Amino acid sequence: MTESLENLREKIASLEKELQQEKERNDSFKKREKIAEMSSEVVDSNPYSRLMALKRMGIVENYEKIRDYTVAVVGVGGVGSVTAEMLTRCGIGKLLLFDYDKVELANMNRLFFQPHQAGQSKVEAAAGTLLAINPDVQFEVHNYNITTVDNFDHFMNRISKGSLTEGPVDIVLSCVDNYEARMAVNRACNELNQTWFESGVSENAVSGHIQFLVPGETACFDCAPPLVVASQIDERTLKKDGVCAASLPTTMGIVAGLLVQNVLKYLLKFGVVSSYLGYNALLDYFPSMVVRPNPTCEDNWCRRRQQEYAAAEAVRATQAATAAPQPQQQEEAVTHEDNSWGICLVDETPTEPRTDPAGGTSPVTPPGAVVGGLAPGIRVAYDRPAADGAEDDSDNRGAVGSSAPPAPDVTLEELMATMKSL
Amino acid sequence: MVDAGTKKTLASIPLLKTKAGPRDKDLWVTRLKEEYSALIQYVEMNKSQDNDWFRLESNKEGTRWFGKCWYVQDMLKYQFDVEFDIPVTYPATSPEIALPELDGKTAKMYRGGRICLTDHFKPLWARNVPKFGIAHAMALGLGPWLAVEIPDLINRGVVVYKEGGGGPVTSS
Repeated sequence: MTESLENLREKIASLEKELQQEKERNDSFKKREKIAEMSSEVVDSNPYSRLMALKRMGIVENYEKIRDYTVAVVGVGGVGSVTAEMLTRCGIGKLLLFDYDKVELANMNRLFFQPHQAGQSKVEAAAGTLLAINPDVQFEVHNYNITTVDNFDHFMNRISKGSLTEGPVDIVLSCVDNYEARMAVNRACNELNQTWFESGVSENAVSGHIQFLVPGETACFDCAPPLVVASQIDERTLKKDGVCAASLPTTMGIVAGLLVQNVLKYLLKFGVVSSYLGYNALLDYFPSMVVRPNPTCEDNWCRRRQQEYAAAEAVRATQAATAAPQPQQQEEAVTHEDNSWGICLVDETPTEPRTDPAGGTSPVTPPGAVVGGLAPGIRVAYDRPAADGAEDDSDNRGAVGSSAPPAPDVTLEELMATMKSL
Repeated sequence: MVDAGTKKTLASIPLLKTKAGPRDKDLWVTRLKEEYSALIQYVEMNKSQDNDWFRLESNKEGTRWFGKCWYVQDMLKYQFDVEFDIPVTYPATSPEIALPELDGKTAKMYRGGRICLTDHFKPLWARNVPKFGIAHAMALGLGPWLAVEIPDLINRGVVVYKEGGGGPVTSS
């Protein structure tokens, strides 16, 4: 007995020593200190020098402003985690991360997460990695499912009060992988009048999209059935037996890149922000279009935002009409004193319109669907019945029940009891 | 798109009327009463046809549902726990039915044991908002899923019969 106790003491001592060494090794990793102000000084110790160079090159007017912005990323999976990393490396002010999932080894075909993080919650694991990459960014993480009643209220609260100044976040990015969660983000953003981006990758991993949503001004996610980028494969030949979804790090990385690129353009006010941009990986085709809201959208808040937008537009129009017409600025022709080499600028923009590689995927516009039509190569996932409530034929709808509705005089408690006693 | 049997079943489940979700307070209570009535009628019909295959109940707010479902093969009853939450966007989006104990045992599932529905389910649901309810989700979603997946799981030995666990095969 005493001997075994002695053995244990020795073992503890050796383990303690090992732990001490491990700790020292960890401490020796150089942690990057916080940086109070973004500098454009080009030295190899400045993590922001290449970003601040965007100013010198005239791409972005005021890059430092990125530190004032807060972005909420909903869904920290294949697209969301990469999105969060890009924004972190760009020096965003604050990131809110929402996800209820854990890291699994089955996620390792995607970017960002590492095998040793398996079992950790995605938001905790992500915040750990991202904080080490850039300690200047503030993180707020929420490990829950936003679609349930209790969490949804909290989610709405964080979206409306989660910014650096405790106001609404500057933009919400939906990087979720299912329709229910997208509809929840849509509902929240319509209610809060919050600008957001939707993103997605198809279940067959060979197409994706991003969409910019400004409540009232552009279509909301519920204005039409989900838009899908035609994959160029006969969908009937797709084998779905045995698996729900495929994924590729490439497609997800590309979609995250397109998403963050447009977020940067929106926040830092350069270039043109895409309204809807699709990606067909099989053809390397990128259809783009503007999606206008549906006046008969099922979402009450969307319709309300549309009215508000129309009213604001009308005011803007009257103001513009009464304002004195601005004299058109003449573009001066650039002339050089000598040009012995005969160098001149040639417009390389192709004038021919892009042909439709989707080959006859004529855009179908069902009643109450996307107003303004769809770009070639994009279709709606399915039709909806006419918005006036007219019935389709029963065959098409799959089923029509005929039974009588419940008696209104029965209380809910009685019904619950009846159900339980069955 | 839906086989004749399922179609017949669907036709006998009452359609719902009230378009209301769990955030709609009083209207949600009305919707919940319709949900319960449709479910009661569906279960009673299943019993009368000797095809009783699930029981469900909810918390008092009607936002969280749980119960049992079972599948009979070779006179043996295989029973599973069922659970799902009613999403805030219900009934525009269907509930995501889960069988947590089968999580990780079949590829036809998303994380947490949420069943992978056919390509037909979501379009069909979307076309029938707000008329379809929980009973329809069971009949169109979980029922066909069990019929395809459980025999396969039994075959592969992933699901084994538990003595007494599911109780005797009952006929009413």
